[in-house]
Amino acid sequence: MTELKRIGRIKFGLLSPQEVRKMSATKIITADTYDNDGFPIEMGLMDPRLGVIDPGLRCRTCGGRPGECPGHFGHIELAAPVVHIGFAKLIRKILQATCRKCGHLLLGEEVKKKYQDEIKTLKKIGRSTDDVIKGVFKDSVKTSVCPHCGEGQKNIKFEKPTTYIEEGHKLMPSDIRDRLERIPNDDVEILGMDASNARPEWMVLTVLPVPPVTARPSITLESGQRSEDDLTHKLVDIIRINQRFQENREAGAPQLIIEDLWELLQYHATTFLDNEVSGVPPARHRSGRPLKTLSQRLKGKEGRFRGSLSGKRVNFSARTVISPDPNLDIDEVGVPMEIVKEMTITTNITPQNIKECKEYVRRGPDRHPGANYVKRVDGQRIKVTDRNCEELAEMLEPGWKVDRQLKDGDIVLFNRQPSLHRMSIMAHKVKVMPHKTFRLNPSVCPPYNADFDGDEMNLHVPQTEEARAEARILIAVEENMLSPRFGGPIIGGIHDHITGLFLLTRGTTLFDENDALEVLRKSHVRDLPKPAIHENGKPYWTGRQIFSLMLPKGLNLTYRAKACESCDVCKKSECEKDAYVVIKDGELLCGTIDEKAIGAFTGQVLDRIIKEFSPTEGKKFLDNATRLAIRAITHFGFSFGIDDEDIPQEAQSQIYEIMMEAEKKVKRLIDAYEVGELDALPGRTIDETLEMKIMEELGKARDQAGNVASQHLGLDNSAVAMATSGARGSMLNLTQMSTCVGQQSVRGERITRGYDERTLPHFKKGDLGAAAKGFVKYSYKKGLSPTEFFFHAIGGREGLVDTAVRTSQSGYLQRRLINALQDLEVKYDGTVRDTRGLIVQFEYGEDGIDPSKSDYGKSVNTRRIIQNVTGQDPAEV
Amino acid sequence: MRLAKKDTVEALKRKGIDAKTAETLCNAGFALDKLRKASIEDVMKAGISKTATHKVMKMLSKTNAKVTKTTKKAKKKETGAVTPLLIDSKLKGLPLPLSIIEELRDYLNKVKPTEAQLERILQMSVGAYERARVEPCEAVGIVAAQSIGEPGTQMTMRTFHYAGVAEINVTLGLPRLIEIADARKVPSTPIMRVKLEPEYARDREKARALGWGIEETNIIDVGSVAVDMAKMQIVVELNEKILSRRNITAEEIVQKINGETKADVQPEGLKLTINPAQHSYRGLLQLVEDVKGITLKGVKGIHRVIIRKENDEYVMYTEGSALKRILQFEGVDASRTKTNNINEISEVLGIEAARNAIISEAMDTLREQGLEVDIRHIMLVADMVTAEGDVKQIGRHGVAGQKASVLSRAAFEVTVNHLLDAAVKGYVDELAGVTENVIVGQPIQLGTGDVELIYKAKE
Repeated sequence: MTELKRIGRIKFGLLSPQEVRKMSATKIITADTYDNDGFPIEMGLMDPRLGVIDPGLRCRTCGGRPGECPGHFGHIELAAPVVHIGFAKLIRKILQATCRKCGHLLLGEEVKKKYQDEIKTLKKIGRSTDDVIKGVFKDSVKTSVCPHCGEGQKNIKFEKPTTYIEEGHKLMPSDIRDRLERIPNDDVEILGMDASNARPEWMVLTVLPVPPVTARPSITLESGQRSEDDLTHKLVDIIRINQRFQENREAGAPQLIIEDLWELLQYHATTFLDNEVSGVPPARHRSGRPLKTLSQRLKGKEGRFRGSLSGKRVNFSARTVISPDPNLDIDEVGVPMEIVKEMTITTNITPQNIKECKEYVRRGPDRHPGANYVKRVDGQRIKVTDRNCEELAEMLEPGWKVDRQLKDGDIVLFNRQPSLHRMSIMAHKVKVMPHKTFRLNPSVCPPYNADFDGDEMNLHVPQTEEARAEARILIAVEENMLSPRFGGPIIGGIHDHITGLFLLTRGTTLFDENDALEVLRKSHVRDLPKPAIHENGKPYWTGRQIFSLMLPKGLNLTYRAKACESCDVCKKSECEKDAYVVIKDGELLCGTIDEKAIGAFTGQVLDRIIKEFSPTEGKKFLDNATRLAIRAITHFGFSFGIDDEDIPQEAQSQIYEIMMEAEKKVKRLIDAYEVGELDALPGRTIDETLEMKIMEELGKARDQAGNVASQHLGLDNSAVAMATSGARGSMLNLTQMSTCVGQQSVRGERITRGYDERTLPHFKKGDLGAAAKGFVKYSYKKGLSPTEFFFHAIGGREGLVDTAVRTSQSGYLQRRLINALQDLEVKYDGTVRDTRGLIVQFEYGEDGIDPSKSDYGKSVNTRRIIQNVTGQDPAEV
Repeated sequence: MRLAKKDTVEALKRKGIDAKTAETLCNAGFALDKLRKASIEDVMKAGISKTATHKVMKMLSKTNAKVTKTTKKAKKKETGAVTPLLIDSKLKGLPLPLSIIEELRDYLNKVKPTEAQLERILQMSVGAYERARVEPCEAVGIVAAQSIGEPGTQMTMRTFHYAGVAEINVTLGLPRLIEIADARKVPSTPIMRVKLEPEYARDREKARALGWGIEETNIIDVGSVAVDMAKMQIVVELNEKILSRRNITAEEIVQKINGETKADVQPEGLKLTINPAQHSYRGLLQLVEDVKGITLKGVKGIHRVIIRKENDEYVMYTEGSALKRILQFEGVDASRTKTNNINEISEVLGIEAARNAIISEAMDTLREQGLEVDIRHIMLVADMVTAEGDVKQIGRHGVAGQKASVLSRAAFEVTVNHLLDAAVKGYVDELAGVTENVIVGQPIQLGTGDVELIYKAKE
């Protein structure tokens, strides 16, 4: 590959009038754009020397066709100078700091020398000179008599946006320019400007550069009418006024009119540069819409910088809805045939692959692994069609290039916005599939934060060999299973994966040979282990045995599952919750597999396999285990219906009792409060105390009711199974569905807003009772009363608002963080430095450990090492 | 031969072995590979002191395990399990962080492995450590920013009660994180945890008394203030009980008011009558405000003090923060007292303390939300923010606004101003950072983009 040319540096400066003329392709004198035949008028705003946009024409400067010619600047000679609005404030400061007669900086030689030296040293050590320059302006403004020529200085008043008044006398831009011209170069440097590239007088425009036509293309409407760009409109205005000004002056018009026209010219020049200056009415389009002029083009999220330069649109990308496919590997992505036929990879033909490439071309664009384009040695691109494919295939020879269609096994980047972390873009292997959605394994949903309620994702095809290598080695799903955020797995089984394995490994479920093979069908296992028991001469296997087939040999692990209640004395393997998990040499001896084993963020088993074996082993485990889980859950059958929320009559009456009791207690609290017998908690008012106590009482009631309900709902209840295994939902969700929804709150307090002294007209004024302040005593299943429903909506709304506000706030925080830290890098000496070479950390993270390679933040898991070597757990000795 | 020797000496020096030792070793006929295989005894025979030998071995640390292994074999006959002494000597000089060594020592003493096991454990530990090190060119900044920013979406917005102290409201969650990033002068809910010297910490009464001394006491707190429009005077009725509890007397109050205002105060037991110096309603009303604003006792800005018992010591929590004043109080344990006002810490205790405060505040905020973020990411942010000696904001007025690159700043916020400024000052963009290079469309100089080494295949 040829050496890449790099842009070394970019220097900024002001354009001098000479420079503007020099780079100009033509002077613009007429405000007209096209003649009656629709051809651009010469020396008009659409002069063909400024570049071309109409197809068929050629640029008169460079000879390029539209698309080839980048466009060329023109210029307008302004009849009178005008102030550049961006520098209006700076011009004021400079006028005040320099002598009105001789143009010298209003500082004595010594002070000047001092500042000069200071600036020199600061520049040498690469520090900001802003503070010194501030001092220069401050000092020089104070001087009232020029120390060089003895001229008395007058006070200059600045009226926004572009008027300078010197003791009642208005300074015209030409006067200002004259004064700025007089400032010697040395003094310009002290004012913080770069004299060779930005003379102060250049801030007053005498020549206006006209942007190339390509930067302000006109569009032809359906009616055949041309619609010009906003910038062109503005330039038309400038030229018109410029002409009028010139005519008037030549005709010897009165000073008043001249000044008016001058002002008008200034207005148009100002709005051409920036149409949002305070104090200047924005220039408007005929429709009343403010024009988008130069500043507006650069600014903001959709502006040139953020919208077109930092973020660019790309080719070789696709986007569609995603849907799940648990039979795919986690590092695969199902790509619809339609997309695959559009997306290509450019392959260089070599003697080694010519046969393969010929086959692609021969298949043409419509029969799948085909080719869409070929490129000859001379660079000519030829589209492959049904007709010419055979012919082209024969013509192929090494040195040609073939744009072949994507096929199985190609590496592509897969992405879901918002791309909050690097796992939002990962490299998958293509799997061509029918239908129109991208398919992905549900296990990779957590890093993308994707679900299948209509989410769309993007796919990008890397085009160079280097990019593909990086994708495979660094960006692949396999390499990103551990999050750099905390050094644990971020990919893991979800939902049914967890429930499935939970059901499989719970208790002592037995499988006969048929069933065992059935659940194992989609996994890599081909041989069954020794059966656990024989009954009636038939062999049976336990669920744990079947799960153990997924585990790599040599895995030793002991941990406590999600169901663990951290009892005072752990009964270990005798645990009746089956929450003490022991894996020895890849054999699950006791305990139930749940979220803490294979879940994303928490999966201990997965974590250990990735770290102690390899990410590849981890990937294999996850692929197989999740497939087993899906088979298992279909084997057992798993569903949830409204009757799963049923609770027996006796429980219902118990719950009724609890509710009545709570209401009574609340009433008692209110009574005590009303007669003034309630004692305030320390640091709280009596009102607050009452609120807190009521909330506490009602919370307790809900919990009690929930407990009653859960006593009657066992693990045979699907929702309970999901909650305890950590697959989805919580016991609280189930309680709310079956028993009692509970207190609705706004900002952590009971609902108080509404009518005068009451929330709704259904209640008496001053009613502090449970129901009047948003307590929902019914369950979702029984249904909410009208007032409860309303309160529920209030509470729900708060959640929605919260989410909306949060996303925008955290998005901005993230943007700021990225911007502040993006240039930091670990150098070869182990230090962390920014682009200036400033050392931010001498050793990254004080120990030089990469969190993504660490074990939950620890560089060495000494406990595991000792355990693996000696067989003893040092923490439990 | 001579040349080879010279090379060996150079190589040894590069490994950090002093010139003299290297010379001696070479003269004894040790080449680098030979030295690697040699045992300590072998090396010592070459006429080098014991300490120097150990140093040599340490410098060649990669081979350390091997070296010690050979020496170990000689001693192995003696025992089954190793002694703590041996563990100590083994751990010494391992290229591991202190915390890991301490942990190993602790565990090893518990488990009592055999020598072979010990060797293996140490070897594996060093291996694991080496494997977990950051690679050069890693874009740690972006990873840190993402790791902190990404969980932001999962955080709550509300202020909550401080963990354990129900009485004090503290900003937590995303707003607090934003506050830390903004480097705000004063947090929205300043709070201090004041730990006390042992004699105060164990005595509830003493702690209480100190608390009253610290809590800001205004006239409103100790009595009622009424304005008598007819007589043009302010009448203050003091509450005796509160006075005695707050350990303040009516005389002191009179003195305070006299000292702070020009008004004339007439005490009548517990009733104070205040006559304004000027006879105007405006003056009177102004005086009421002034009198209410006088801090009679305690530290201005400390609105409330709460004493709590935590693991058999009394700890003071204050609403409001005034670190400098509090540290001067007798009985306050300055080394264990902290505030959540980072700026204050920076002023009182210096920039290093502020850095640590940022780390602990951010970690606490994230942990409270149940989000796990590696401390290294937060350290990097804290270091970036404090790198130049003062706490800078993450954003336009701080780190991002002071970046060297014009294009990068323009792409962040206030685009046009940065460009105009750059033009006038003739700034040069060196195109060293990420955004700049994305803008001009060339590979960025981070990660794989920063590697210049290319393997050239032979024809």
